[in-house]
Amino acid sequence: MLLVDIILPGLVLGGMYALIALGLTLQYGVARIMNLSYGESLVAAAFGAFSLYSGLGLSPLAALLLAVPIAMALNWLLYRFLLERLMRRGKDRGAQEIDSILVTFGVLFVIQGAMLVAFGGQYYSYGYLSIPLTIMGSTLAVNRLVALLFAALVGGAVYLSLTRTRIGTAVRAIAVDANAARLVGIDVAALSGLAFAFGGGLVAVGGVLISMFLTFNAAMGVVFTMKALVVVIMGGVGNVIGALVAGLLLGVVETAVARLVDPGLTLAATYALFLGVLVIKPTGLFGRAAS
Amino acid sequence: MFSANRRTLLRVAGLAALAGTLSTFPSTADAQEKIRIGYAISKTGPYAGGAGITTLPNYELWVKDVNAAGGIKLGDKKLPIEVVEYDDRSSSEEAVKAIERLANQDKVDFILSPWGTGLNLAVGPTLNRLGYPHLAVTSVTDKAPELAKRWSNATFWLGTSAQISEGLADLLGKLKSEGKIGAKIAMVSIADQFGIELSAAGREAFKKQGFTLGYDKTYPMGTQDLQPLLKDAIASNPDAFIAFSYPPDTIALTEQAQLLKFNPKIFYVGVGTAFPLYKGKFAANSDGVMGIGGWNAESPQLKEYLARHKAATGKEPDRWASSITYASLQVLQQAIEKVGKLDRTAVAAEIRAGTFETIIGKVKLKDGLLQEVWSVGQWQNGEFYALAPASLPGARAAVVPKPQWQ
Repeated sequence: MLLVDIILPGLVLGGMYALIALGLTLQYGVARIMNLSYGESLVAAAFGAFSLYSGLGLSPLAALLLAVPIAMALNWLLYRFLLERLMRRGKDRGAQEIDSILVTFGVLFVIQGAMLVAFGGQYYSYGYLSIPLTIMGSTLAVNRLVALLFAALVGGAVYLSLTRTRIGTAVRAIAVDANAARLVGIDVAALSGLAFAFGGGLVAVGGVLISMFLTFNAAMGVVFTMKALVVVIMGGVGNVIGALVAGLLLGVVETAVARLVDPGLTLAATYALFLGVLVIKPTGLFGRAAS
Repeated sequence: MFSANRRTLLRVAGLAALAGTLSTFPSTADAQEKIRIGYAISKTGPYAGGAGITTLPNYELWVKDVNAAGGIKLGDKKLPIEVVEYDDRSSSEEAVKAIERLANQDKVDFILSPWGTGLNLAVGPTLNRLGYPHLAVTSVTDKAPELAKRWSNATFWLGTSAQISEGLADLLGKLKSEGKIGAKIAMVSIADQFGIELSAAGREAFKKQGFTLGYDKTYPMGTQDLQPLLKDAIASNPDAFIAFSYPPDTIALTEQAQLLKFNPKIFYVGVGTAFPLYKGKFAANSDGVMGIGGWNAESPQLKEYLARHKAATGKEPDRWASSITYASLQVLQQAIEKVGKLDRTAVAAEIRAGTFETIIGKVKLKDGLLQEVWSVGQWQNGEFYALAPASLPGARAAVVPKPQWQ
């Protein structure tokens, strides 16, 4: 049953990759903000879940109900008071992207500094739902399965609301061409802010869920930003289903390489796959041709 | 007009600067009121986790202890310590820059070392050139004896990679000859200098003791799922599972081993096993787990140190390099007091030559290396006791086989 033993754990690992990338695909792909403080926000959510769990005994799943609205509010404020003027000032998408990179680079240090003051530099880890579950002869951890489940549910829900609702359609119109969207009466600033805030909420979901099984510290954000960026670009910028598929694919490939070839080559396999996709489809698996 | 003005201005400024230096010089030389100690430490970046548990709390505790006692005795008076601190952001370039700044601009009297093998090796040549004593405590490398020969100002405190792997191999060999474990080992290691050196030394030492390596693989840093690795290690059905891992992987491997109900007779994981975090997270399940380091927990000095560390920093020290870091600072203080003046070359020589009373007992370095270093520890009833080398005083007997995960 080696095949099952590769595919199931691979999907579970991939679910985690997809989960940490969903927020970025909304913030970068739809709200057009290349958020370099993404990983730090994720770790901040993990610290939040850790504090609630160790301080109040609140389950991370219950903490989601608290963390997501707070993260959305904070991200909306960040957009409204910091990023919106940059978006208005930037002449084209390129200028906007550079401005947002510079500003969020600063935000990265603010969030990281706050976490260092509050928690110091050392590692944190707590176990939640670390229970074995055997499916078809393959043992998986329940907490990682929960992360996969959330990735699929949240990803599906976001996909549906982007494609099936009026607001979702408007948001996609902005992603394609903000100026044209304005011409047909879409409130670009308000909806971009909404998409950014929503992305921030998804970051919180990812951070809270991965805190159940990963060891983290205040300095770790960049690892997650990098991984999320690989997944988002590979899946096609702004494409939610693309991020899901790319995340799962990376997970399965890494697990297969670790089992069949050599665990030392997993990182090489990730980037080989990434490069391969970009060579064949420069806009990503599900990306549209560049305009 | 303008040029004349400018020239006058420059002259005035030059004079003022000269007067400034002249007036500050005698005051530092004659009436030194403080000993300035500087360090650059990783407060951010990938090394912040290690520095935040092993190095920085001990620097802070030591400064607090020394100043509470009035300071460092220099001649017939005591001088309190003044600290200059920088963040090296876990980068070699930043660490070297900060050391240059500490020496040339802040003009500190002594410099404490950064955390980790990589950064200590990076700042080594600079500290050597500037003539500051270098207490490279948190570095484990086979190059240590050679470096200690090259840099007369440097001392190494955690032993070499070979020492750690051989200590483990000797212990396992003894257990095998007693019939407590079989001859099969599964070994995994992180693919960076630490993992490569320890696994290379281990491979040889295990073979010499008559073990066979049924599984022997490396994994890249930042691997987020170690289950595939562990499953293949389990398939090789080992008596001993050995991982030369970093803290996040140490935690993840232990967690996955419990999920997979993997109960080898020996379960050994790398850096992080000695952290209080490990005991805090796994509680009773930590019992019987072996790892790098360990300490003689029955020693009254260390018991007292544990209480002081907890009171001052709010957390327990790790059971490997923390107490050695603190001891190295005690050595620095005693060396300064013995020399009796801020002569860095003489202090560096004294650190190497002298005998010192510290919390880890009597310290006498040999060729710039601390020889009495614990290589294997084991969690037993909530304390990480040192097991090997068995020749050191305070070594405990190993509990084998490890109790089943609960």
